[in-house]
Amino acid sequence: MKRVMQAPLFKALFGSRGNTVVTLLMVALFALLLPGLVRWMFGHAVWEAANRAACRLADDGACWAFIRARFALFFYGTYPEGERWRVHAGLALLVVVGTGTLFSHRRRGAWLLALMTVVPVADAVLLAGGMFGLAAVPTERWGGLMLNLVISFVALGGAMPIGIALAFGRRSTWPVIRYGSIGLIEFWRGVPLLTVLFMGLVLLPLFLPNGVNVDNLVRALVVMTIFTGAYMAECVRGGLQGVERGQSEAALALGMHTTQVQLLVVLPQALRLAIPGIINIAVDLFKDTSLVSIVGLFDLMGVVGQSLKDPAWTGLASEGYVFAAIVFFFACLVISLGGSVLERHFSAVPRAGKS
Amino acid sequence: MTGKGRALAWQAAAVVSATAVVLYFANNVATNLAVRGIQFGFGFLWAKAGFDIPFHLVEWDVNFPYGRALWVAGVNTLFASAICIVFASALGLTLALMRLSGNLLAVGTSRALIEVIRNTPQLLQIVFFYFAVLQALPPMRQSVTIGTSVFLNVRGLYVPAASGELWDWISGITLVGVLVAAVLWKRMGMLVPRLLVLPPVLIVGLLAAGFTAQWEPPALKGFNFVGGVRIPPEILALALGVSIYTSAFIAENVRAAILGVHKGQTEAAFSLGLTKGRTMALVVLPQALRLLIPPLTSQYLNIIKSTTLGAAIAYPEILQIFARTVLNQSGRAIEVMTLVLGVFLVVNLIASAGMNAWNRRLALQGR
Repeated sequence: MKRVMQAPLFKALFGSRGNTVVTLLMVALFALLLPGLVRWMFGHAVWEAANRAACRLADDGACWAFIRARFALFFYGTYPEGERWRVHAGLALLVVVGTGTLFSHRRRGAWLLALMTVVPVADAVLLAGGMFGLAAVPTERWGGLMLNLVISFVALGGAMPIGIALAFGRRSTWPVIRYGSIGLIEFWRGVPLLTVLFMGLVLLPLFLPNGVNVDNLVRALVVMTIFTGAYMAECVRGGLQGVERGQSEAALALGMHTTQVQLLVVLPQALRLAIPGIINIAVDLFKDTSLVSIVGLFDLMGVVGQSLKDPAWTGLASEGYVFAAIVFFFACLVISLGGSVLERHFSAVPRAGKS
Repeated sequence: MTGKGRALAWQAAAVVSATAVVLYFANNVATNLAVRGIQFGFGFLWAKAGFDIPFHLVEWDVNFPYGRALWVAGVNTLFASAICIVFASALGLTLALMRLSGNLLAVGTSRALIEVIRNTPQLLQIVFFYFAVLQALPPMRQSVTIGTSVFLNVRGLYVPAASGELWDWISGITLVGVLVAAVLWKRMGMLVPRLLVLPPVLIVGLLAAGFTAQWEPPALKGFNFVGGVRIPPEILALALGVSIYTSAFIAENVRAAILGVHKGQTEAAFSLGLTKGRTMALVVLPQALRLLIPPLTSQYLNIIKSTTLGAAIAYPEILQIFARTVLNQSGRAIEVMTLVLGVFLVVNLIASAGMNAWNRRLALQGR
């Protein structure tokens, strides 16, 4: 008995009177909630059924048959079935070049150039089609998780240069540049994303020459990119502030030009310091792409919401949204894990002056 | 000298190009408005609105003008924000305490909850609570009864309504007093932390007020409830979604703040003979609060911005009322969006200025 009392696990659960009370409370809470939840998710769940009525046999179980029936829709929207290989190919290209850029020690510049030029063009051609014998797929048919990914990558990629420019602008000693950057950053950070999306929806067409019609997806992409850019600017600014003064002083002493110092010495180190923040922005951005469902695009959230209106599967909101939550959760987990790999990869580089 | 000249040239170039861009857009807007036959101006704010706002805290009638709708929607936004701030703080504190409790089960549960909440979209949570929980409730006649006089059904939560002069006075004085004390509590705070005193005062005051009030419970008469107060499902879902989502972030902020207090402080307090509880209340928490305020400010500002997600479930806040209803009715895109963005910018500016002032008072002098 005494040995049990000394065991770390026992101590962690029943070490003191307060601890014991908390443990018992937690156990009671679990006993109250978990059985019902497990029964709903697994025990009484229906995995195969033709429609909602067939699912109703098990009344207190989830109707996962609904998810199975809609699976492709949730991932590709209404992207034509025969063309879905293009989505896979585009994703594969992005993953390969992205990995190459991040992890190749030599020729990183070439990889980066490919990531910034070849990949966006190739992916746009692949997804939209209309040339090289690829059938055109209008953006109204893009949807599901694929749309979340497209918006995330475009917005993140576009936000990097915007963020870097605004961060340098905010640190500039020239008042016009400085206060202009501050104004832009604070405006975009001060307003909610959803109002910004509405702005893109109703104001962007007014700002462009009469008769120019902008695609609904493009409107969302433009505002999401600028919005993310403002947050990216603050993140990069934090990184810039973290770079020691000695670095730029040394570079100047070596005879480098001010621009060279900033771009070749300060910025790379600043970006390395900013990685955790950038990963946070990426996770937030990915979650926020769900907002486009409110302005008439059919991302995963929008597709789930629309499927719930299907008469054959009515009243299955719990199943639909729980599934969407699981997908978002794992996607965010992948981003976070990838981020920590990245962080470790770059922090492994020995810092000059410290070794 | 050349450096100065270059600086001037670059800045002039920036001003010129920015002006050119603005002029280009302004020209486009003017052409577009002319083509559509719209006159720019805020005169429409005095025109009759003619639509109903289902949930309003200040007086509203279909005959009121658009300008009044902005006020009504603004109050709704602030109301939702206030509720969410209170609940998110309480929930976040609970999660943080669980996480720091050292109890294996509590720590694990808190960690799991925080991870799940932080890694799913806020919109998803709001919509889940609305469509999967509140809209799935039974209809009016089969209401879920909590206690004897609280009813929950698909139309919302029905709670007893309190009235009476004494209730108004006591509850009002308690709320204002606690709020003022929370802000102005100065010297005494070192010996008696306000966090330990004010919540009980609030509870006792409200209880006392409750005893003096006349309670009017909701009762099912025919097809509807008579009496009581109906809390619509939209505000419930919005409050649940936003509070729970933000609470996970607040929990992490609280944890970071408490862990951020230097270990030497605790050790010094122990060596001076302070008990564990007094160390926490007198040494750790006051310093943690100082670290907590900046991140907490941004979380509260996030909450105010997040209430716009109420538009997804038709909660009548500014975005829903203005950017949707008013814009659709009047077609005045620029004026409406300017107002909506302006309101959020002003609220943000005021809130961050207030929090900065508070932060300056609490921040370490001479650092």
